[in-house]
Amino acid sequence: MLSDITMGQYFPVDSPIHRLDPRVKLILTLAFIVAVFLAHTAAGYVLLFGFIFLVSRLARIPFGMLLKGLRPLRLILILTFLLNLFFTPGETVLLHFWVITLTREALRQAAFYSLRLVFLVMGTSLLTLTTSPVSLSDALELLFSPLKKIHFPAHELAMMMTIALRFIPTLLDETDKIMKAQMARGADFESGNLVRRARSMVPLLVPLFVSAFRRAGDLAMAMESRCYHGGEGRTRFRVLRLTRADGLALAVMAALIGLIVLEGIFLT
Amino acid sequence: MSIEVRHLTHAYAKGTALQTVALDDISFTVREGEFVGIVGHTGSGKSTLVQHLNGLLKPTSGQVLVDGEDLNGEKVDRRALRRRIGLVFQYPEYQLFEETVARDIAFGPKNMGLPADEIDRRVRRAMESVHLDYAKYAESSPFELSGGQMRRVAIAGVLAMEPEVLILDEPTAGLDPRGRDRILTMLEELRARDHTTVLMVSHSMEDMARLADRLLVMSEGRLAADGTPREIFGRPELMRSVGLDVPEAARLCAALRQRGYDLPPDLYRMEELRGCLLRLWKEGNAC
Repeated sequence: MLSDITMGQYFPVDSPIHRLDPRVKLILTLAFIVAVFLAHTAAGYVLLFGFIFLVSRLARIPFGMLLKGLRPLRLILILTFLLNLFFTPGETVLLHFWVITLTREALRQAAFYSLRLVFLVMGTSLLTLTTSPVSLSDALELLFSPLKKIHFPAHELAMMMTIALRFIPTLLDETDKIMKAQMARGADFESGNLVRRARSMVPLLVPLFVSAFRRAGDLAMAMESRCYHGGEGRTRFRVLRLTRADGLALAVMAALIGLIVLEGIFLT
Repeated sequence: MSIEVRHLTHAYAKGTALQTVALDDISFTVREGEFVGIVGHTGSGKSTLVQHLNGLLKPTSGQVLVDGEDLNGEKVDRRALRRRIGLVFQYPEYQLFEETVARDIAFGPKNMGLPADEIDRRVRRAMESVHLDYAKYAESSPFELSGGQMRRVAIAGVLAMEPEVLILDEPTAGLDPRGRDRILTMLEELRARDHTTVLMVSHSMEDMARLADRLLVMSEGRLAADGTPREIFGRPELMRSVGLDVPEAARLCAALRQRGYDLPPDLYRMEELRGCLLRLWKEGNAC
């Protein structure tokens, strides 16, 4: 019932991309975002698309899955395209109709801006699809740990994130179960006006909150009984080590950015 | 009312990498007034199966017919049907939400649009069915009760809808022996009084030996066996092959037979085993 959320979902297969160090993948994603904003020519966009396509093949992620991740954004995409199309000033008029003027420059900008959004979503989806939430928060903790010197709670934040992520599926399951249980008692979550619908949420939300607090209490107890006392002096079960593949991935990203910058200089 | 399940198949997360077939070509019929026990190892598809019986889950293929009508047909009012087929989920105490016990139990009847006095009558009757004193508990918060009491409140919440078929998913899981006995006694009384058709999912063969007229044995999404407890418990090798056991009495009986005692092979209730043993001891011949 609630299993249609694709954004931020992990796709559990084994691939060279899945095996990359999560810290490296995080940095690569940031670099990719920079690359997207550096591209200003059609050739640059083709390069970006080629990169996403190749990485998704290498990661054994069906391309359709990346496209599906765009669905929640379709409204924003269409708006971006239309607004840029009609409100960008330009000289080369392609079409003139009543108050609407379509220029070559506007078409180009509309296409580029919406493609940029598409690439940003796809690029970041590649990160979450190939990196388990646990290793992702591990990576965040390690990348932020230098900030511990200025009392930035890197470990605590990462732990909170891990726990929150860990409980999303549990709470979704729970929601599903409670919803069904109340539906079995004749509850109706779908029809009625706004007030009625909001009121029909009470039989769902109260048990959900009760169980969330119960789980939080249980978890805190379980962690304490296993001597959890924060990040101080804590060692890791999975020690992250950079491999040759990580170096190669960084080099490929550097090459991509280099190419985009170069063709930006020479092709315009 | 009868429920007929025809070639029911259900796959979770269909068409993705995570697809799992939870039910695989299940067929059986539940007749009016029967007490059917559904047993199976964890993950054998029992819970998925019962959620199909009142239309909460839609089959991937196959049909569920209620009084001959397809439950997932286009014209069927599933909400109306759910009033006739009551489903008590696993750990139902986690679905309680109202401020008082009486109001929580009234949730179902209220959703049915019944008048206030009828709702009140049903709440009282349901509380009586689950052995909760109305005067003492009606106005207390369900969150202040013990686990066993909360479970009985939740069951009362379904009983108050006065369903013709009652489905219970592991109603005794996690309860102490006394709480368990209370629930089972309550089910026995309910059947004697209202002749409700009952389907009960359970891990406990003892519960089944006590209550069931018929057993459905599930294993890895398939129906491994369908028969009376006597037939099923008479085949301990089958039960062991699907990761289950037979009731204590049946095990004891088999052990005694092995030692040369002349007992019938299909005893599974402690009382009948005791009766046979007494006769064997006093008169020298078993039943």
